[in-house]
Amino acid sequence: MSHSVELDGIGMTFGTTRAVSDVSFTVQAGEFFSILGPSGCGKTTILRMVAGFLEPTEGRVLIGGRDMRGLGPNQRPTAMIFQSLALFPLMPVWENIAFGLEARGMGKAERRKRADELLRLIALEGYGDRMPGELSGGQRQRVAIARALAVEPGVLLLDEPLSALDLKLRQHMRAELRALQKRTGVTFIYITHDQSEALAMSDRVAVMSAGLLQQVATPRELYDNPATPFVARFVGETNAITGRVSAVDGAMATVETQMGALQGRARHGVAPGQAATVYIRPEALIPGAGANTLPATVERVDFEGAFALVHGRFADGAALAASVPSTRLADAPAPGTDARFSFAPDHAVVLADA
Amino acid sequence: MRDLYGRFGGGLATIFLSLVLVWLAAMVLAPNLMMIDYALRPNLPPAQIGGPQDVRSLDNFLYLANEGVHRAIFLKTIWASALVAALTLVVCYPIAFWMAQRATPGQLAVALMLVIIPFFINEVLRTLAWFILLAYRGPLNAVLQGIELIDTPIRWQGNGGVLAGMVYAYILFMLLPIYNAIESLDKSQVEAARDLGASTVRIHRRVVIPHAKAGIATGCVFTFMLAAGSYVAPALLGSPGSRWFTEIIYNWFFEGGDWNRGAAYALTLLVLCLAVVLATLRIARVNLTDVAK
Amino acid sequence: MTPDRIFRGLFVLYLLAFVAYLFAPLLIMSVAAFNESRFPTVIPWQGTTLQWFSAMWADAAMWKALGTSAIVAVLVVLVALPVGTAAALVLTTLHARARSFAYAVMVSPLLTPGVVIGISTLILWRQVGVGGGIALIVVAQTTFIICYVMLMVMARLQRFDRTQEEAALGLGASKLMVFRRVLLPFLRPALLASGGLAILQSVENYNTTLFVRGFETPLTVFIATKVRTGLTPAVNALALVIIAATVIGAVAYEVARRRQLTRQPRS
Repeated sequence: MSHSVELDGIGMTFGTTRAVSDVSFTVQAGEFFSILGPSGCGKTTILRMVAGFLEPTEGRVLIGGRDMRGLGPNQRPTAMIFQSLALFPLMPVWENIAFGLEARGMGKAERRKRADELLRLIALEGYGDRMPGELSGGQRQRVAIARALAVEPGVLLLDEPLSALDLKLRQHMRAELRALQKRTGVTFIYITHDQSEALAMSDRVAVMSAGLLQQVATPRELYDNPATPFVARFVGETNAITGRVSAVDGAMATVETQMGALQGRARHGVAPGQAATVYIRPEALIPGAGANTLPATVERVDFEGAFALVHGRFADGAALAASVPSTRLADAPAPGTDARFSFAPDHAVVLADA
Repeated sequence: MRDLYGRFGGGLATIFLSLVLVWLAAMVLAPNLMMIDYALRPNLPPAQIGGPQDVRSLDNFLYLANEGVHRAIFLKTIWASALVAALTLVVCYPIAFWMAQRATPGQLAVALMLVIIPFFINEVLRTLAWFILLAYRGPLNAVLQGIELIDTPIRWQGNGGVLAGMVYAYILFMLLPIYNAIESLDKSQVEAARDLGASTVRIHRRVVIPHAKAGIATGCVFTFMLAAGSYVAPALLGSPGSRWFTEIIYNWFFEGGDWNRGAAYALTLLVLCLAVVLATLRIARVNLTDVAK
Repeated sequence: MTPDRIFRGLFVLYLLAFVAYLFAPLLIMSVAAFNESRFPTVIPWQGTTLQWFSAMWADAAMWKALGTSAIVAVLVVLVALPVGTAAALVLTTLHARARSFAYAVMVSPLLTPGVVIGISTLILWRQVGVGGGIALIVVAQTTFIICYVMLMVMARLQRFDRTQEEAALGLGASKLMVFRRVLLPFLRPALLASGGLAILQSVENYNTTLFVRGFETPLTVFIATKVRTGLTPAVNALALVIIAATVIGAVAYEVARRRQLTRQPRS
């Protein structure tokens, strides 16, 4: 049975440091929800408040509609998977998995049976009597997941559990976690600083910066319609051209820049006269002149297989990153030359500067 | 305190805290306070305790200061303990350096084993071993006579015997701290100094000893303290002419029957040891946390 | 010969002399247990005998002393292990400033001469009418043996990953269960080691015990008294047995420790 998690204006202050300020969002029951942000942004603090290791200094945490204030981590319907995994090194694998059941007073024979079932679920049948130290990194990972699932939590909290694995294993575990979540239907709240991890696995993502919630959206929405300059820069690569808004016409805004007037989709709150930035994804920049044309100097072209990344500087000094599909490689300008790039207004976002 | 309760819960935290408090209050603090009180009071028959004569004074300490023989033994105990520490340092330093810098891993394992084994054995037994070795008609004299180094046996018992036995007893307390300290010295530093043309003596004086200062201070402090507070070695290896301060204290308690004076003497010994420990650590700039490990 | 060669040669000689210094006394004492001579010595050799072992075996006073030491050691372990562990846990949970002060107080018994611990204990307990005896020996010895336990447990605690405690709590365990199932098993090696050390310290203690023994005669006091009142090689026989037992114990402990290390590779 999975639970929804509602954060209602929670904040956390350690001494004089404000780790989290006024964060509110609701995670639906059965959702795979990620909290994404650079280290120190407060995402782990939020997770620890949901788990009950920390009591928020302001606001409420509701799990399944119930206020969790005053309940310790051992009284909440959550289970957590730690970055270090925190397997108990002196207990065999099966006792690790059945630890939560032991805490609930289940008899030994039944515990063993449940542990064996879970071992089957994570494809580690027959590993029950090994010690955690005898397992590989990926196997330990799976044991940590089984240990958390054993208590049938309403919400599973994952604190960057994949960060210690190498790239290949990490990609494999992503798929496995996602499949496991779908199969069990448990609400997952997943903490990461790796945006591709968050985008690939999640139903929705919350982006945090410096203790503040920036945006909660689906991965697609986050990428196409960032709500704040931070999200635009942090999620995916982007080109940023600064200027001043000269006109707003319905959904579109015109920004006066050093390289002329540029048009893009206006995000809410953009008004004429404001300092603003036009954000364009690398794949939206097309070599050659067009509706919105930007003069630039090309410094380097990195061929990456499916596409080539063009690096350089725009005429106003801003960094240029454009990706050109391999099929159109002939269009890509040569390093050291001056070139022009253009983009469709639909593919650019205009955000007021913070 | 709050962390303790948060971590272990009310029941366990209370148990832990009360165990520690009972230990500190009843076994560490109270005995010392009572000893101080005892040292300040005169030795009176039971009937007069609490009477008009039962007032605090420094008489017991003044007695030690004015009693020539006891004062001399006290001073001798201090310098003899310092001598023990110095001798032990001289004996141990080359070995510690060799173990930490020169020995191969195999040699080191054997050396550590050889050094530690004797110290698993009772101090009384180790002293007994020296008692037998140094006996008037014992093996040492027999060997020395056999190689015609001496004509008549030497009476080792006395100052020489006490010194030999004590140095032997405290080798490990000196060796291990120095070994640990030198072990953390990067081998290439010694090589660099040699490469720059420094003599062996200069390498030790300018590179190794400054690095090992903390270990040397720790070793000396412990050896001094153990020597000054030792009873076995002087009792078994000493002679009437080589009495140790601890023996005088013992006599006040179990032969002289004046516990108050004995307490004053013991307190003097304690203050001396703590002063030497703290002063040495201060001079060598060593933290107490690094000492006890 | 180069000066370096000479230096090296001299050092090897010094090493040999050092090893001789370490072991000659013990060796002579052990060998003397087999000499028929009335006084324990190896020169002159008056014939090989095992009579001193049977004399030692038949000595009722020796058995009584051994019994006293054993009872004291067991009681010391029973008191020192829980208190020392509690002290280590309290100390590691304290905040930095309070910690260094508490630490100084808690290791102070190690910097106090053994005789002073014995004396102060004796004086305090006389006030409440308790004289020297087994109880006081235990009290006086645990006063400083607790410090050793505390230091060893603290050393182990420093390597403890506290997220294990959080993980256990998060899985629904009570704080008591976290302590019993997670922390205590982790401390087990340190507890076993400090238990062994406590026994060793207790049995071998003389300076402190001497003052609080009352009319009891633990093993060390028994041996020291023998030395002064009539030493026979029976004492050497006893010494040899004790030495053998300690060395075997030490080696067994070391072997067990290494096996433990290889069985649990650090994750």
